[in-house]
Amino acid sequence: MKYVDEFRSADRVRETVRALDALTTRPWTIMEVCGGQTYAIVKFGLQELLPKKIRLIHGPGCPVCVTPAHIIDHALSIAESGAILCSFGDMLRVPGSSSSLLSAKAKGASVHIVHSPLDALEIARENPSRQVVFLAIGFETTAPANAVSVFQAKKEGIENFSMLCSHVLVPPALEFLVHSPDNEVQAFLAPGHVCTITGESEYRLLCERHSLPIAITGFEPLDILQGIYFCVQMLERGCPDVVNQYSRSVCLEGNQVALSMLDDVFEVRDALWRGIGTIEASGLFLRREYAEFNAEERFPFTSKCSCKEQGCISGEILQGRKRPSECPMFNRQCTPEQPLGAPMVSNEGACAAYYHYCIR
Amino acid sequence: MCLAIPGQIIVIEKEGDFLFAEVDFSGVTKRVNLLFTPEAELGDYVIVHVGFALSILSEQRALSTLSLLQGDEA
Repeated sequence: MKYVDEFRSADRVRETVRALDALTTRPWTIMEVCGGQTYAIVKFGLQELLPKKIRLIHGPGCPVCVTPAHIIDHALSIAESGAILCSFGDMLRVPGSSSSLLSAKAKGASVHIVHSPLDALEIARENPSRQVVFLAIGFETTAPANAVSVFQAKKEGIENFSMLCSHVLVPPALEFLVHSPDNEVQAFLAPGHVCTITGESEYRLLCERHSLPIAITGFEPLDILQGIYFCVQMLERGCPDVVNQYSRSVCLEGNQVALSMLDDVFEVRDALWRGIGTIEASGLFLRREYAEFNAEERFPFTSKCSCKEQGCISGEILQGRKRPSECPMFNRQCTPEQPLGAPMVSNEGACAAYYHYCIR
Repeated sequence: MCLAIPGQIIVIEKEGDFLFAEVDFSGVTKRVNLLFTPEAELGDYVIVHVGFALSILSEQRALSTLSLLQGDEA
């Protein structure tokens, strides 16, 4: 068992599609929440395999896409002040209100790509005379690892390390989408790696409050088709529930060590989502006990513009209201080389996935 | 961002405050922090994200997922 090839087996995929065909009698609209799932759906052409009655819409689960432009502007101002700015690679080409971290790097700013939050901490250890700032973004999947870097900096007294954080939570965003007056989503494929950390309890509440079927779903083709199968089965029977398709990784109570690390370092507050707006209790921010490691305090930044995206309809893309191919800028003024907005940059952005796999 | 991939633990060692593993991803190995999966053992497959193992994969549950819908025409 390698946990990859088995879940890409053409025979199993065909069998699941046949079962789904036999099961589906009415039209249903299902949202895959996570950008990683969107990517797999587009890459493997899964939409084309589905019964015509099933419509998938792409959700907001791309952390790079929802990180507000003012955070990128702040990171740019920190990098330009002479500090070392560490970031996951995805963030570098995302446009802020006027520039990106990649162009700052090209002009000589110290912008480092890290693969793990602990790499940023190591850079701080190696450069005791420089300020080192980690641009920490992500959903519940990434936030615990990011939390460890601050926890460890405090423990070791690494005073030149700080964090500029923009962490957001999935369930409040789903709640927000369900409440929008033009919501069409009838069931969710919940994000398997977020749920690996959080467990299923909040999804169960969401399911009970709105009678919405939810399948916690993995990322391989067979996972996604099974997740859709479970959603359609619950919709056809009128029995909403939470089903754990990704049980090889997700246990009901989540990862307790990671959750207690999150709780130690972060607190929940309202957060701004790029293209969408402020969502109540949807962000994780450093607790006061870690204020000394908060880059917002160490590098005050005032010009928080609420800039309109230049021609980018990322909000409608992220809420599943429009497909990338419906955007007039798509593959014209907006390409991965010259992105107008974040969904064209990140591998998990729906626009980039459509672009790479030639869906026009 | 939430991209996380399965790999197999081939070495476990303590370093400073943490347990680390060498994890093999079909021939490419990476150093992975085991803070969130302290019960991980040699040979286990773990889901790895930004340098941390998030979960230990259950072979038994994976097999039962694979056999779902097999021969089932709904």
